[in-house]
Amino acid sequence: MKKDEVPQQNAKAFMGHSKLLYAVDGQGRYVPAPCNGWEAEEIVLDQAIAEYVRQAQDAWQRAKAGAASTLEYHMFKQRMDVVLLAQSTGFFKWRVRRDLRPGALQRLSPARRERYADALGISFAELGRLPDQP
Amino acid sequence: MNAVPKPEVMVPFDHRQSAHCESGVISGLLRHNGVDISESMAFGISGALCYAYVPFLKFGGLPLFAYRMPPGHIIRGLTRRLGVKMHMQKFRKPAEGTRVLDLHLAEGRAVGVQTSAYWLSYFPPDMRFHFNAHNLVVYGKRGDQYLISDPVIDILVECEAEALQKARFTRGVLAPKGLMYYPAHIPAKVDLGPAIRKGIRYASGMMLYTPLPIAGTRGICFVSRKIRRLDPKNVHYNKLLLGHMVRMQEEIGTGGAGFRFLYASFLQEAAEVLQRPKLKDLAAKLTDVGDEWRRFALHAAKMCKDRMDMDYGLLADQLLNCGNEEEAIYRALRAEVK
Repeated sequence: MKKDEVPQQNAKAFMGHSKLLYAVDGQGRYVPAPCNGWEAEEIVLDQAIAEYVRQAQDAWQRAKAGAASTLEYHMFKQRMDVVLLAQSTGFFKWRVRRDLRPGALQRLSPARRERYADALGISFAELGRLPDQP
Repeated sequence: MNAVPKPEVMVPFDHRQSAHCESGVISGLLRHNGVDISESMAFGISGALCYAYVPFLKFGGLPLFAYRMPPGHIIRGLTRRLGVKMHMQKFRKPAEGTRVLDLHLAEGRAVGVQTSAYWLSYFPPDMRFHFNAHNLVVYGKRGDQYLISDPVIDILVECEAEALQKARFTRGVLAPKGLMYYPAHIPAKVDLGPAIRKGIRYASGMMLYTPLPIAGTRGICFVSRKIRRLDPKNVHYNKLLLGHMVRMQEEIGTGGAGFRFLYASFLQEAAEVLQRPKLKDLAAKLTDVGDEWRRFALHAAKMCKDRMDMDYGLLADQLLNCGNEEEAIYRALRAEVK
């Protein structure tokens, strides 16, 4: 890629930052070339983010309707899934899955809830609450 | 709680943005300690260029595509070939990790740390994913803020102590366990020539002779066949897979094309050091392959978004092209550094 062909499409995900690529200058020499966004990357990033948002919204609806615990919502909200949450807490996957069921969270010991809250980076109180908006 | 502002520590550190975090951090740390080495040189000598399709490792239900060797390889490969001894330390307790980090800063030492990308507060929200092998340099502390030179970010940044500690001690795959490192011993004379040869032999060997059909240039051709055979009926899954491929390729750590450009840049530098002009021609060829990877990414992304008609044959042809071209390049490279 030539340096003047490096796309500059101002991706909103970069928030004004740019990343560095290497590209060739007029003499064919490699030089560092900043890039502040490229269509291909933006498309696939949006696709991935949309998937996280969709999961969090579905979980919010379920929790609202009493069909799941608030833990499921917070898990997806923090861009995790059961596998990742199990790894970050050190719990077995089946235990995490069990705790996603409605009302399960309230029955857990404070220590266990603390582990979840800690892995999700939210406070103990937040974990049991559902925000007004997903 | 603590009304007295803590004293400021700051090690003068030359921040240079780089394409990839690990090669950026290690070249930055070496430069900081008096070894003049560029990011591309660090990447090339470590021999980290690679390709692997790992269908049995899944992320969110999608297989792993790797465009470089696993995290840690750049630092280990580079320092081994240069004869640099690294001090590497992991911690059991987060508080201990933070205490030792502060101690090093107080002694005027800039150190590299491995972190999760998700908990770093200065990352743009849309770029924050649970990826545990990000690397950055901590060069100071002001009050409760660590001063950070993150090689993938264009400016110097700061991060709260609490967030950095959390990022350093996330659990799960590739858990950093607070890993902290700095060059402890650097030989009086660093000889790049032999290191470059070894690095090229290593990377081309990985690409050509890995005895698995899913790794190296054969891996690229394998994935090409896989794409050609995708069932047009599973459009949703196919789009997710292609989107995931492009994301692995172009975003998670620089990307497939990005690594090709980085390596081509290394070959240009190597041509000067070794006095082998042929390496420059090969660099130009590798640039063309990188461009083809980018065209593949753009086409795949557009097809995911229906901005282009879905055409598995076209994508497969492009990948096959990349695989074949790269094979020829690595063979020529091996002949050059025999």
